[in-house]
Amino acid sequence: MRNHLLLGAEAIGAAALDAGISGVYAYPGTPSTEITEFIQRSPETVHNAVRSSWSANEKTALEAALGMSFAGKRSLCCMKHVGLNVAADAFINAAITGVNGGLVIAVADDPSMHSSQNEQDSRIYGKFAMIPVLEPATQQELYDTTVEAFALSEELRLPVLLRLTTRLSHSRCGIRRLSARKQNELQPESDPKRFVLIPSNARRQYDKLLDLQPELAARSESSHLNRLIEGAEKSGIVAFGVAFNYVMEVIQAHGLSKPVLRIGQYPLPEKMLRRFIETCETVLVAEDGYPVAEEYIRGLAGNPKVHGRLDGALPRSGELNADLIAEALGIRREKAPEVLSIVADRPPELCKGCGHRDMFEAISAVMNNQANHQVFSDIGCYTLGALPPFNAIHSCVDMGAAVTMAKGAADAGMTPAVAVIGDSTFTHSGITGLLDAVNDRNAVTVIIADNTTTAMTGGQASAATGRLQHICEGIGVEKEHIRTLVPLKKNLEHNITVLREEIAHEGVSVVIFLRECVEIAQRRLRSAKQQKRNPVKTAS
Amino acid sequence: MKKNILLAGVGGQGILSIAAVMDLAAIESGLQIKQAEVHGMSQRGGAVQSHLRISDATIYSDLIPEREAHLILSVEPMEALRYLPWLAEDGVIVSSIDPVRNIPDYPDMEKIAEAIRKAAPHILVNAEALALQAGSSRMANMIVLGAASPWTGLEPGALEKAVRTLFGPKGCEIVDMNIAAFRTGRGLSEKGSGLKAAATAKTTERQRV
Repeated sequence: MRNHLLLGAEAIGAAALDAGISGVYAYPGTPSTEITEFIQRSPETVHNAVRSSWSANEKTALEAALGMSFAGKRSLCCMKHVGLNVAADAFINAAITGVNGGLVIAVADDPSMHSSQNEQDSRIYGKFAMIPVLEPATQQELYDTTVEAFALSEELRLPVLLRLTTRLSHSRCGIRRLSARKQNELQPESDPKRFVLIPSNARRQYDKLLDLQPELAARSESSHLNRLIEGAEKSGIVAFGVAFNYVMEVIQAHGLSKPVLRIGQYPLPEKMLRRFIETCETVLVAEDGYPVAEEYIRGLAGNPKVHGRLDGALPRSGELNADLIAEALGIRREKAPEVLSIVADRPPELCKGCGHRDMFEAISAVMNNQANHQVFSDIGCYTLGALPPFNAIHSCVDMGAAVTMAKGAADAGMTPAVAVIGDSTFTHSGITGLLDAVNDRNAVTVIIADNTTTAMTGGQASAATGRLQHICEGIGVEKEHIRTLVPLKKNLEHNITVLREEIAHEGVSVVIFLRECVEIAQRRLRSAKQQKRNPVKTAS
Repeated sequence: MKKNILLAGVGGQGILSIAAVMDLAAIESGLQIKQAEVHGMSQRGGAVQSHLRISDATIYSDLIPEREAHLILSVEPMEALRYLPWLAEDGVIVSSIDPVRNIPDYPDMEKIAEAIRKAAPHILVNAEALALQAGSSRMANMIVLGAASPWTGLEPGALEKAVRTLFGPKGCEIVDMNIAAFRTGRGLSEKGSGLKAAATAKTTERQRV
């Protein structure tokens, strides 16, 4: 069997195709984006008509995936951890309705916040929804487990949560693929009451979910993802997901003989854990993310012999690595040298020639003269406007929060109340906030940084490219207060004038700074050039 | 066989292409690899690194533990220094000397070169100029890869084959330019003009390759 060189995220995409999905639904977010991108560019996606375009946000994605499952077909839904908050309403209720065709929800957590606002641990959501959670340790396991997860979902008639972390998602290795399974036939749910969550049905469905819990626990006890690696020493390690790799790295490097209980399927296998802890004098709990299992294990075994993130044996935040595990096991090593003081920080920056640079120049020119000069902002490339040399924005909380925070500040009497939000973020969750502001006739100015793409995650299609003006008009923003500007040096004076006018307007105004992302423009030119050189090969 | 390689540079310099060449060569040579890389916002002009591990046995961690990198391969000189905590005692540094000055406080270039010389056996490569001679400054990453290739545990033939596979879709011309750049780099470390011992109090090596 051929080894495919794939990222962990890509391995999930490959597995989902090989498991016979009929569609993938997702909103891009690091470190989950490459799952969907892999499916989009796979030849079998076109060949088998697998639905794969981007959704407006994670909630619409998960609901559509549930609809495909209702119709009897297999669907994959992917997002980053914070996206699960957006989709949480649908997520918890999908556990109540259950599924028809297999539904796997792949959620990529980001311990150490490599590109996120928080570290939250999706395993907690899995427990909250009471569905099986699978947490592979290697990229090959990601592939194999994803294939298995669809069968598990259909067998249990429940959605399955696949948890991965940045490290697993963004590491590349050779992956063995299985032969592909055919897609399910269309077979809509025959008991639609399952999906009608009026209280009488919901209670029945909730009881069914509770009744399934012993079955889920039994499956964890016998899962191949949960297994014991024997050792002679009395101090043992319980290693979860990717943390297993760091533990084995240390065991191998230092020739240790510690027993390791490796866990990759939840709900936690209580019997297995209890047996393991009883045979150990001390136990280190190694899990990437929150001390979810450690809290549980402490409840079983009492505090004194359990060590982990809660007692400081491991750091409470940040991703784990082999060095931290070695230290927690009391292995003293020569300390690594500090980084020399000559090495300066090199933070990310807006690309050379990016239109956001010209937009922020105009915003700063207007806002620096205001008593309240703060600008609410959002999540995207333009968040880099918070760093020098711009220092132009003063909030970035969650997707869409720029608009609604500006609205709340306007309610509080703050003038001007100015928001900056990207085109993709606006369609993800800015639209509804703008509608609230229109209904309340707030004096807010919403600046849409429209670069016609979802740039921060690598240039995915943006849901409403070319239609932002119509959307704003449609939800009630007055036509004369929707202004479109082109962020270019030569337009600076004009842009400042227009921005100043709209900020002075005592109602809702929208200023769209429209200019294509430089990266996307370059990519377009390159592919046109390549097409010219080799028209057949690049036609797809 | 076990090699831990830390690839360093600034977003946009092509370190993932270097990694991809080594990945392909390793897979084709029947070896295991794990290559952890950075995605997302920090790619834009920020410091970027990739941990690449190659072995004939199981590789557990995707990340290289501290003090265990056999090679720091950097396409930017200051970035080579950022990862010194990972460099093994017997590790080597192969770095370009072309600075990316996109920050206001970029240190004095001579001090950076001096710090690299003191840190470990090294090759400092005039990559951009050599790449221009090979056809385009965009090939600088292949010059550095060529210069570092003796410490990757991979055969030059396997690496060249991987260059052909990776750049094949871009046409013969691009492939040939990248191969030429790779060979120029390789020549630097083969012709005895290669690795300079870390400078001690007695010897200070000032000559640049």
